[in-house]
Amino acid sequence: MTGVSLMNRTGGVLILLMLLHWTPLLNGQQQPTAMELLQALDENMVAENRITVSTMIIHGRRGSRSIQSKSWTQGSEKSYTEYLAPARERGTKMLKVGDQLWTYSPATDRIIQIAGHMLRQSVMGSDLSYEDMMEDQTLSEMYTPEIVGSETVEERDCWILELTAKTPGITYHSRRAWIDKERNIALKETRYAASGKLLKEALVQEVFQVEGRWYPKRMTFKDMLSTGEGTEFIVNSIAFNAEIPDYIFTKAVLRR
Amino acid sequence: MLLFKLAFRNVIGAGLRTWLNVIVLSLSFVTIIAMQGLYKGMQYQAEDAMMQVEYAGGQYWHPAYDPYDPFTLEDSHQPVSGAAQRAVAAGDAIPILFTQATIYPQGRVSSALLKGIPPEQEIMEFPSEQLLQSDHALPAIVGTRMAKSNRLAVGDYLTVRWRDANGTFDAQDVQIVHVFSTIVSSVDAGQIWVPLERLQSMLKMPNEATLLTLRQGLTDPPVLPGWDYKGLDILMADLREMVTSKQVGGSIMYLLLLFLALLAIFDTQVLSIWRRKKEMGTLMAMGLTRRQLIGLFTIEGGMYGVLAALLGALYGTPLIVWFATHGWEMPEMVDDFGFAIASKLVPSYSFFLVLGSTLLVLATVTIVSYLPTRRIAKLEPTDALRGKLT
Repeated sequence: MTGVSLMNRTGGVLILLMLLHWTPLLNGQQQPTAMELLQALDENMVAENRITVSTMIIHGRRGSRSIQSKSWTQGSEKSYTEYLAPARERGTKMLKVGDQLWTYSPATDRIIQIAGHMLRQSVMGSDLSYEDMMEDQTLSEMYTPEIVGSETVEERDCWILELTAKTPGITYHSRRAWIDKERNIALKETRYAASGKLLKEALVQEVFQVEGRWYPKRMTFKDMLSTGEGTEFIVNSIAFNAEIPDYIFTKAVLRR
Repeated sequence: MLLFKLAFRNVIGAGLRTWLNVIVLSLSFVTIIAMQGLYKGMQYQAEDAMMQVEYAGGQYWHPAYDPYDPFTLEDSHQPVSGAAQRAVAAGDAIPILFTQATIYPQGRVSSALLKGIPPEQEIMEFPSEQLLQSDHALPAIVGTRMAKSNRLAVGDYLTVRWRDANGTFDAQDVQIVHVFSTIVSSVDAGQIWVPLERLQSMLKMPNEATLLTLRQGLTDPPVLPGWDYKGLDILMADLREMVTSKQVGGSIMYLLLLFLALLAIFDTQVLSIWRRKKEMGTLMAMGLTRRQLIGLFTIEGGMYGVLAALLGALYGTPLIVWFATHGWEMPEMVDDFGFAIASKLVPSYSFFLVLGSTLLVLATVTIVSYLPTRRIAKLEPTDALRGKLT
């Protein structure tokens, strides 16, 4: 699964946070309030629908492997992904509707609902777990934001936005996002446990502009507790507000 | 009595043919008894170890808890209150709390079960007192299997990540303060034990537990509303079924041996009847009835069993005694079998086991000896004297 496909699933609560495209609100002239930043972020994160083709490069101990996929996303609740390559993964499908997630494997011809402890498992051996994909609330609903400074990331000036969970049930107790002041996109994000321990980090290395939005072209997502080199996501193509038929988000599509 | 004397003389007189039958049959005797004792010993050892280390006098489970369904674990916790609290206060039970966690040994990602146990508990023979070491931020103990599979040693720090009762991620480093060795893999493999109160605090589940383990020797388990009682019969059922299935699998070998011995006896009987036609005619002419003749041959066959039992006892007893004393060293891989097998299996032989096995073999031998003799029922003495068998 690619970073973008994950974003599509989660409505941007996870990966999309870094992919933000700010409106001219920020534009480096005047410091916006933290809540303005976050709301602008939410507005830009969730497209009505989106079709993405992306590549995920998983760097493991025994080398790297690439997985290509195509995702159809509607709002923040519905997402469907089909794996295209390599041959071993081709035909594997994943459907998320609300808080339910199913996978289909052509090798076994079985549909499995991912729940409970299985949500903790890695997606295709990447640094993302299934539970990373299950959040579908917007950031402004989940977090209280605060601007804590500015810093340079990837040679770009960024606001540092600190997010603290409003309620106890949020997956990550706090996050920190580095937002490009001119391009209005998050270039880096870190996520923390309730104890303050750093759990995950995402870093955008390359961005591009699509239909007026700045979007990450290439980014790396890393589980900071493990020693791996992280998982790289590359967006090959993306189309916003494309026509997506309703049957795409039904379980029947998994066996098609 | 005459028949017995005659049968004994005939059997001994047959020489090598008799002793070959007896030797093969005695091997069956010894093998059957040795194997049965081995399985019994394995079951007793495992049950004893599981009672000491895990089940004690039985358990009360949260109604949703199913050890074979990890999906149930998330919801399997509730406050220890009312009767359950009183049982814990009286020292009749200890609460244990489970949660699933992700661990990062040497930076690798792995799943584990995080278990909280009161360090001061004395109900289980489990080294929970090691968790009292207060100079560690979060002391943890693991079994040798867990330590081996994740390359952990005493003093190592291990990052553990979990979700609290609200679903929020939390993570902390634990220090391994003790590595214990047990044959009960169900308290070892994939598990990390920490102090109960610390785990309750980490999970934001104050005073909650997944199950309660009862003290051994309680005549009547206390009635704890809201908890499902699991007696030792239920808790040990899987183990007993597994031993039974292994017993069935293992019995194939000695049944094969027994079959060979019985086949030899059957052949001997058939051959004997065919070769001793004139002898049978003479005996009938001297007044032996057909029934007595059948009895004679059946006793001869049965005597193989008796002689085999004696011979088996002669060399089998010291062998079995040595086996029961020294046990049988198990290879290391049995740790992965999933149930409690000691590193050394000590067979358990009871009087009834030996008697039962002996009687079973003797009865089988007698029946097999009888079957070929049925032809004698139609034997005419005159034909027999002429060497004819109709």
